[in-house]
Amino acid sequence: MAIAVEFSAVTRHYGNVKAVDNVTISVAEGEFFSMLGPSGSGKTTCLRLIAGFEQPTHGSIKIFGQEAAGTPPYEREVNTVFQDYALFPHMNVLDNVAYGLQVKGVAKNEYINRAEEALRLVALGEYSKRKPSELSGGQRQRVALARALVNRPRVLLLDEPLGALDLKLREQMQLELKTLHNKLGITFIYVTHDQGEALSMSDRVAVFNKGKVEQCDNPRNLYTHPKTRFVADFVGTSNVISSDLAQKITGNNHPFSIRPEHISIYHNHKNVMKIEGVVADVQYHGATSKIEVDVGNKMLAFVLSNTEYSETHLPQSGQKLTLCWPQNRMVMLST
Amino acid sequence: MHSLIYNATTTKPLSRWLSNALYRKNNLFLFLLLTPPLLWFGIVYLGSLFALLWQSFYTFDSFSMAVSPDLTLENYRSLFDATNFDIILRTGTMAIAVTLACACIGFPIAYYMTRYGSPAEKGFFYIAVMLPMWASYIVKTYAWTVILSQEGILYWGINHLGLASTLSNVLQIPAIGGNTLATSNLGRFIVFTYIWLPFMILPIQAALERVPTNLLQASADLGAKPAQTFRRVLFPLVFPGVIAGSIFTFSLTLGDYIIPQLIGPSGLYIGTMVYTMQGSVGNMPLAAAFTVVPIVLIFIYLAFAKRAGAFDAL
Repeated sequence: MAIAVEFSAVTRHYGNVKAVDNVTISVAEGEFFSMLGPSGSGKTTCLRLIAGFEQPTHGSIKIFGQEAAGTPPYEREVNTVFQDYALFPHMNVLDNVAYGLQVKGVAKNEYINRAEEALRLVALGEYSKRKPSELSGGQRQRVALARALVNRPRVLLLDEPLGALDLKLREQMQLELKTLHNKLGITFIYVTHDQGEALSMSDRVAVFNKGKVEQCDNPRNLYTHPKTRFVADFVGTSNVISSDLAQKITGNNHPFSIRPEHISIYHNHKNVMKIEGVVADVQYHGATSKIEVDVGNKMLAFVLSNTEYSETHLPQSGQKLTLCWPQNRMVMLST
Repeated sequence: MHSLIYNATTTKPLSRWLSNALYRKNNLFLFLLLTPPLLWFGIVYLGSLFALLWQSFYTFDSFSMAVSPDLTLENYRSLFDATNFDIILRTGTMAIAVTLACACIGFPIAYYMTRYGSPAEKGFFYIAVMLPMWASYIVKTYAWTVILSQEGILYWGINHLGLASTLSNVLQIPAIGGNTLATSNLGRFIVFTYIWLPFMILPIQAALERVPTNLLQASADLGAKPAQTFRRVLFPLVFPGVIAGSIFTFSLTLGDYIIPQLIGPSGLYIGTMVYTMQGSVGNMPLAAAFTVVPIVLIFIYLAFAKRAGAFDAL
């Protein structure tokens, strides 16, 4: 499969700040690729480097094999869906969507047809005469999507496109984006700080921290085999066990992480790792309950499903417990 | 604890009682707040303006030089007499030229201030734009008479650049020329443009400031070249600011009566005509009719601006 976007040792400085620090990644054609990280981790700067709003200080960015550094945004075959949509307030929905075609000199009846088709694709066929200010957040989001897609980009860049939407709408749009991706078969590069979103939608995820890529892998590997402490902590929730506590549990000072859902209070022959603690807090989450256990200077969290049995037998604060887990669920961390 | 609260509510000072009463009766508060400015605005601003307009229908007896309150349309009819209409045309043409020049000079400056200036540079530009407004207007105009005179610095510079013959050729052109720069329409135009330029820059700058950068990036992202982005996105969004600025430069030029007296050729402007009519002649009705002209011209201008889509982006 062809490589859509390739970063080779890309660095972007702002004065003394390295927003992007020696990043090397490659995104395959047709892939749903996410860039995940906390704010200020460099993920949005990477997206802007692909779009052409920023130029790299060092390194090379290739889009379908062509060097992109130095090329202005209007000469790149990529389109962006902006975080706050960036719809043109003085144009109606149809003109917003048709804009990219108009500036390229596409004939009037063709750009109207294609813009209307793109609006139907995002289920906004009836809204073409409205102004962006007359639309809801979710509808503006769809217009922004249609405006980018109508140009038939080879790579679609999405900069936290669902950040401003409420939870229900966000989940619905996640599904729609995924469906669109399958239908169109183009490359999606998706920036988000929401690890759940990144895991559920992507083929592969690059986890950013302080301008560097900590790990780039498919969601399952990222979750089950985080390579660094940061990834273990940021992707899903993890109990990160530092050297001295590890020494106490395993007899070896190598730090490791263990997911809350792999910790149990039911002992069997698989759950060989054990530590005693006192229940500090019990949080009710509907389908599950999360229990924080103090194991001496460190809180370990674990999760119980709320079945009829467990609801009546939930641990209480102050109760002494022995936590246990299977050895093969532990992930050894490099730092 | 209970007694503390009890005390606080019973021994309330008057100021507290007053602010609580105003907080509860929101409308009373608004009424008190708005009445003085509305009275000022209604009586002193609009009232006096309407009194003036009313006088434009009074009759002026040119024989006895007396004004009588008999209503007539004669003053408005006489605006279309050749000499009076010339004044309107002369002033209107200058106002349009000054407005266009201010827009062409002001836009790049405002654009640089907004898009490229660091905070320190922005501060410098603000001061630089406003500094001339802090000096007396008449002093500045007199200063320009010196600058534009034949012994002035402008002639000195032009001579040293070897452009003296070019200047004298320019001054030969009938409509804009004259004996010297100081007595030419070109000189008057330069001074008008200088004096009103800040009134154009500041509204454009405010409008540019309100255009989010990501709209320009979105435009580039969708394939628009910089010129297309300017024409299709930036300019339409800033147009209301240009219109606001042009209303200032246009109406200020229409009403000015000092620059036409001090710089440029003879020939009355609307401002100087009003000054003469109500001052030395005492023809208040005709002076009032002349003041209606800029108001009408601005309304016509706004109607055109609206049709051109100036306010679509508001």
